[in-house]
Amino acid sequence: MKEALESIRSAVRQQLESVKDLKELDNIRVKYLGKKGELTAILKQMGKLSAEERPVIGQLANEVRSDLEHFLENTSEKIKSQLQDAKLAAETIDVTMPGRTAPMGYKHPLSIVLDEVKDIFLGMGFSVVTGPEVEKDYYNFEALNLPKDHPARDTQDTFYISDDIVLRTQTSSVQVRVMEKQKPPIRVISPGRVYRSDALDATHSPLFHQVEGLVVDKGVTMADLKGTLETMVKRLYGEDAQIRLRPHHFPFTEPSAEVDVMCFHCHGEGCRLCKGEGWIELLGAGMVHPWVLQNCGIDPEVYSGFAFGVGLDRLAMRRFNIDDIRLLLDNDMRFLQQF
Amino acid sequence: MILSMRWLSEFVDLEPQMPIRDFTEAMTMTGSKVEGFEIEGSEIKNVVVGKVTAMERHPDSDHMFICMVDAGEEEPLQIVTGAQNVTVGSWVPVAKHKSTLPGGVEIKKGKLRGVASNGMLCSLKELGLTINDFPYAIEDGIFLLEEEGLFPGQDIHEAIGLNDTCVEFEITSNRPDCLSVLGLAREASATFGKPLKQPHPQVKGSGGSIGDYLKVTVSNPVICQRYMARVVNNVKIGPSPRWMRERLRASGVRPINNLVDITNYVMLEYGQPMHAFDLRYVKDNHIQIRNAAEGEAITTLDGVERKLSTDMLVIADGEKPTAVAGVMGGEYSGIHDGTSTVVFESACFQGASVRLTAKKLGMRTEASSRYEKGLDPNTCSLALERACELVEILGAGEVVDGVIDCNNDSRQPIRLPLDSDKINHFLGIDISAEQMKEILKGLEFTIDGDDVIAPSFRGDIQYRADVAEEIARIYGYNNIPTTKLRGAAEAKITPYQAFEKRVNTVLLAQGLSEISTYSFISPKYYDKIRLPADSPLRRSVTITNPLGEDTSVMRTTTIPSVLEVLSRNFNNRNESAWMYEVANEYIPTTDGELPVEKQAVTIGMYGNKVDFYRLKGIVETLLDALNITSWEIRPEKNLPTYHPGRCGVLSIDGEDIGVIAQAHPKVAENYGINTEVYLAVLEMNPMFAHRAADRQYRPLPKFPAITRDLALLCDDELPVVEIEKCIRKGCGNHLEKVELFDVYRGSQIEEGKKSVAYTVTLRSSDHTLTDQDADSAMNKSLKALNEIGVVLRT
Repeated sequence: MKEALESIRSAVRQQLESVKDLKELDNIRVKYLGKKGELTAILKQMGKLSAEERPVIGQLANEVRSDLEHFLENTSEKIKSQLQDAKLAAETIDVTMPGRTAPMGYKHPLSIVLDEVKDIFLGMGFSVVTGPEVEKDYYNFEALNLPKDHPARDTQDTFYISDDIVLRTQTSSVQVRVMEKQKPPIRVISPGRVYRSDALDATHSPLFHQVEGLVVDKGVTMADLKGTLETMVKRLYGEDAQIRLRPHHFPFTEPSAEVDVMCFHCHGEGCRLCKGEGWIELLGAGMVHPWVLQNCGIDPEVYSGFAFGVGLDRLAMRRFNIDDIRLLLDNDMRFLQQF
Repeated sequence: MILSMRWLSEFVDLEPQMPIRDFTEAMTMTGSKVEGFEIEGSEIKNVVVGKVTAMERHPDSDHMFICMVDAGEEEPLQIVTGAQNVTVGSWVPVAKHKSTLPGGVEIKKGKLRGVASNGMLCSLKELGLTINDFPYAIEDGIFLLEEEGLFPGQDIHEAIGLNDTCVEFEITSNRPDCLSVLGLAREASATFGKPLKQPHPQVKGSGGSIGDYLKVTVSNPVICQRYMARVVNNVKIGPSPRWMRERLRASGVRPINNLVDITNYVMLEYGQPMHAFDLRYVKDNHIQIRNAAEGEAITTLDGVERKLSTDMLVIADGEKPTAVAGVMGGEYSGIHDGTSTVVFESACFQGASVRLTAKKLGMRTEASSRYEKGLDPNTCSLALERACELVEILGAGEVVDGVIDCNNDSRQPIRLPLDSDKINHFLGIDISAEQMKEILKGLEFTIDGDDVIAPSFRGDIQYRADVAEEIARIYGYNNIPTTKLRGAAEAKITPYQAFEKRVNTVLLAQGLSEISTYSFISPKYYDKIRLPADSPLRRSVTITNPLGEDTSVMRTTTIPSVLEVLSRNFNNRNESAWMYEVANEYIPTTDGELPVEKQAVTIGMYGNKVDFYRLKGIVETLLDALNITSWEIRPEKNLPTYHPGRCGVLSIDGEDIGVIAQAHPKVAENYGINTEVYLAVLEMNPMFAHRAADRQYRPLPKFPAITRDLALLCDDELPVVEIEKCIRKGCGNHLEKVELFDVYRGSQIEEGKKSVAYTVTLRSSDHTLTDQDADSAMNKSLKALNEIGVVLRT
């Protein structure tokens, strides 16, 4: 009997080596461990053994059974693993094939830049306000110290609706509306569309976009204006970005400045991009003119403020290296999908 | 304003050898913005003065000559020329071997019909000059030099004075004083801390008395702030001397003759427009400065007859207007051959009046563009004296003694307190009162104790802030520190701004790209979108001076703008375009009032399998995301812009807020789009107003749901929304979801009917629903459905 048990053990071990699948494995299990299996048959004969032999053979039989189960289990694991490997191998796909995309919309480049500007100024405590595009001459010009016969009006070719109503030429019109309604402290930006009767070409458009900024409070200085603009430029263009202020003239600010940013390409050396100047004009700014404050009912002896106006289109064009302003309003999908 | 650096040096001595870039940079930073600069003749290289020492005819040409030219080298140069005006002994400009001429022309030695030529003799044109620059030369032929002190080999720039540096300034409208050499010299003096050499023109005079020649009456002293005149007798008209021509040329002004050149020279030098005219044409020798009479007209120098209005100031003689004051002279008022007595006029007119007159007449001249900015009446006399001084220097005539001066200048000098503390606080700097005074003195302000008095030529100085700017710009804007804003500020995003942002986010997330379109359109576009003739939307805000009809009215609807963009994309062969814009519509109110600017979301789509339900799904998702729950849609057949069978009007609580539709094929055709186009317009304000309150958390369901499918049969015409209403009514509070999953027409379905199938999900928040609950809900629903003719499909 002992020999029989040993032979079963080695037979199973041998047979398992060539087993290919789980069914074959199960057949082996049934053949040896099933109710009518060979090992079971042997164990049924245990009763016939002598009292001395019984525990010895019994122990051996248990050992063989445990071994067989162990062998079967291992083999089963091995086969399952092989099967899975084969399955995974069969499932191999070409991961270099293009993915399936969900449709996605693209934000307009002007909005991308405007959102950045808004975030920068919200972070500095500015609120966002808007004003009408079809505007009274009063708000667009007169209240900004630009009476009807002022020569500086010539620099802004204006679309007229009537003698007293214009398409606003600058978001500065919102300054006066804000100051009429709100008492200092005032800290706002006002983005929007502006209009000038410039024929459309690569660098001019009769419709473009500005962001106006206005701060009025006690003790606001020109140094604060510089600091605020510097923060904006560094956030937009990186910490290396540098600005310079040049004296200029706007009727509604005094002192007035044009603000240049150091050319990103040549870093001030002068190149084709900056037309040899080393600097690129970015925006106009200044301290709110005392007459304008006074006219809005704010005492210039008590309060001071600054204002600035940035051309959003130019900001976006510079940001994305767009060389033709017309692209912004053409809205060709091949253009929009680049941003 | 183009500034000759040589001219500038008469008024201020700058650092010798200062690189031009240092000059332009410093001037820019104190407020005189330099646009660029040009070194005269910089394109001309290796061109020298030569003397023709011998000439012979070219053996193989009937018009060319072989010249031997002494160009300062050991051996004379042999140069072949085709010009006919050269003779032995001529002084000529010689472009030597390897020289460059304007326009990048390179000259090299070569052979002309077999004869070696070691360069080229140059004409005026080849040197970039004209007959105006050198009146003694001829236009077609070699420029035969007649300058003094010529020698062979002399650099041509030096020989003909073509070596000035011209700096172009952009002068802002508040600084007309800087439209002059003197004005920029003042700025340079303050910028570089070098003293200004004040001009003191001296006129000797030649006797006589101006009163015998001329009488002047000013009848509008408000507009004519000052009128000055002098008379010059025995005028000799001829070319100006070279130094004057050089400066005019460097300043971009064409030399004409000595008298005209003197007026231009003085205008450039002092910024004061001058006028010289023939006394013969002053009827009665009486100049009247008056408003034009009703119906008067004048033919101006440019030969155009112009009707005058009574608000225009004219210079008239005893009979008629001879000039439009500050704008342009009349046709007879110039200098002519045979002119012997000339009046020099130096006047100052009110800027606003000149500006208005020039605008009305549609003529903006050099003089008017200066006057309109407001000139200083004090400059009149300086300029007039200078002009007469030049007449004497040039020997152009004899200046009659005496000056007519009608001075109505009533301005008081502007006196402002110099409060250094306030100025320091305003600018954010810390400099002493003394330093401020020094800066202001450098700008010709007068210091009187603690007050400063602005010079009369600085009409732009009115307020303390103006004085602060003067100090800041000379101190240097870049020397002002940068500081952060102090104090608390309440920044906020308004609910509407948050709403708008949400609209953008949700539409972008659904695959629509954002566009930005023009706010103005052509009124014809209303036809293109088939707006009915009586539609109130056809009444638009109209631009009185549009660039063209295409951009002449402010849109009352964004549909044409979006269609135009779709059309452009279609024409550019983009397979699909899904887009939206949140933009304004401009709805006129009453005349004289501003229009209402309404924001609308406009969606436009073609391609990429878009159909009505895709568009509607996008809108449904948007409304859901915006927390707008109580909307309804109804079919609308009567909007000609849209497909009559594929158009729905959206409403919230009975208020129409927008349309979802396929564009009418005729509209698509009008825009050249040969495919189905889908459009939606939603008004922002009503959506914002009707949005539900902020969402609150609801506990996740604790009890299971029951689902039932309903297969129904109804008239084909019946909108399914009616079925859904019945189910909602029948199921009451327990309804969680009702989903349409199939609509079928065809075999097994009676003609004119359709089969509609729903999955209904029921759930209670406080107990598990039983089959009886569900059956009861279904029965109630079916009962309601039966009432509208919908039956269970069997």
